[in-house]
Amino acid sequence: MEYLLFIVSDPAAPTYIPEEDNIEEWSADLERRGVSRVGNRLRPPSDATTVTVRDGQTILTDGPFADTKEWIAGFDLIEVGNLDEALEIASKHPMARFGRVEVRPVWPFE
Amino acid sequence: VTAEVSRVLASVAEAERLKIVATLIRLTGDWELAEDCFQDAVARALTSWPKRGIPDNPAAWLTTVSKNLVIDAHRRASTEQKAATRLAHEIEIDAEGGDDMDALTVDDALDDDRLRLIFTCCHPALAMESRVALTLRTVMGLSVAETAHVFLATEQAMQKRLVRTRAKIRDAGIPYRVPPAELLPERTSGVLAVLYLLFTEGYSSGSGAELVRAPLAEEAIRLTRLMVTLMEDSPQLPEVLGLLALELFQQSRSGTRLDDAGDLVLLEDQDRSLWDHAAIAEGVAVLDLAESARQRLDGVVGSYQLQAQIAAQHATAATAATTDFTRIAELYGRLTRVSPSPVVDLNRAVAVALAEGPDAGLALLDALDADARLAGYHLLPATRADLLRRGGRFAEALPHYRRALELAPSDPERRFLQRRIDEVQTL
Repeated sequence: MEYLLFIVSDPAAPTYIPEEDNIEEWSADLERRGVSRVGNRLRPPSDATTVTVRDGQTILTDGPFADTKEWIAGFDLIEVGNLDEALEIASKHPMARFGRVEVRPVWPFE
Repeated sequence: VTAEVSRVLASVAEAERLKIVATLIRLTGDWELAEDCFQDAVARALTSWPKRGIPDNPAAWLTTVSKNLVIDAHRRASTEQKAATRLAHEIEIDAEGGDDMDALTVDDALDDDRLRLIFTCCHPALAMESRVALTLRTVMGLSVAETAHVFLATEQAMQKRLVRTRAKIRDAGIPYRVPPAELLPERTSGVLAVLYLLFTEGYSSGSGAELVRAPLAEEAIRLTRLMVTLMEDSPQLPEVLGLLALELFQQSRSGTRLDDAGDLVLLEDQDRSLWDHAAIAEGVAVLDLAESARQRLDGVVGSYQLQAQIAAQHATAATAATTDFTRIAELYGRLTRVSPSPVVDLNRAVAVALAEGPDAGLALLDALDADARLAGYHLLPATRADLLRRGGRFAEALPHYRRALELAPSDPERRFLQRRIDEVQTL
């Protein structure tokens, strides 16, 4: 099954410590497991543009779709056997410690 | 003949339901279909057995008919004939015992569909309420209406919750399995937490007028016994036994917790001759088994064993006054290190007060006042009030009793606190 991991910032989480960021190790583990499809960091919400079309009019808004203190800082698409595997991988991501990781199953078109 | 049929059928259906349903879920992945086909098989037995006689092996009959109904349902639903044929084939192989369906099961000793079902129902990715609801419905076989009653919810709301929970298991890819060795300790405590919640819901319901829901507590004990059997060869056995002992000790007092008027009777005021001494004796024996299993496995004493040891101190003391509160305070101290919780600290404060005097306990309570997790918890002011009362400081106790009364969730607890308020006002 495919799962999308949303790497989410959390203002209430412990302070980010660069030396404890083992993202390279994590990526290497994914490589070894052969489960990674695609993944990357995202530029901050201040670089986002939200697109809305209403009554044929395209409205562009500067910023993210929801104005919250928590925002999506990155994503990883993985393909694994079941939820337990996805949760294990998510729990090892450094941002699980400095933020949160939301694990969402992909809903394929039949 | 019909009376004989319904008697045999009822007992076989109760004994076999869990095993049959758990296996059908593994084979089909369809929880509702599994339940429905089992119910249909029971209905068929009710018409067939009186005519043709009770089969030699009623359990095997129910299993075979349930499986055939599942295959039929698949044939009807499946546009692709191959899918149904494949399922029929898998069921056949499974019946011969030659299946290799779950290569992920690391330990043959834990290869049991009932255990797979229990672990899946209690998966931590499900909300706690959903775990409890699904366990009641699918593992314990309660009807949707009965499950709804436990939650004081409507049948419709409960049906929705169950549908949503089963959908998450399917769509989020929650595996139907006994977790592998590295996840087993954590996942087993998750299962035990659900069982204990079921037990305490039955033992003292959290809200409303009904304080003791006896059948639910008994069902929880039955399921804990099953867990003991199913996990006999696992390193988690001592904790499963610990939970069983804890439940037995608490259950032994279920008849004396309330008086005839439905009012709460404190442990120290209960008539100990009315306690279920057979249950206490079994609890002591089970706790011994837990300890010898733990020593054999060279493990640490887990939280359920510690809680059971505390309960054993109370259950085996001849009187409230001769209870070894020093030992109980020490056990609470160990418990708070194994599984830290402000409620454990609160109980430790009470034990220290009873061992060393109210002031020693009150000093420990001061530290808990700042704990946000206890904000709004009625037993914090109730405990403070009680320790002040024991120290003869009645006027000081009064406002804390009043605060506890505001927060108390059940009628018997509110009546108890009101009585205390009346008492200290006259002193």
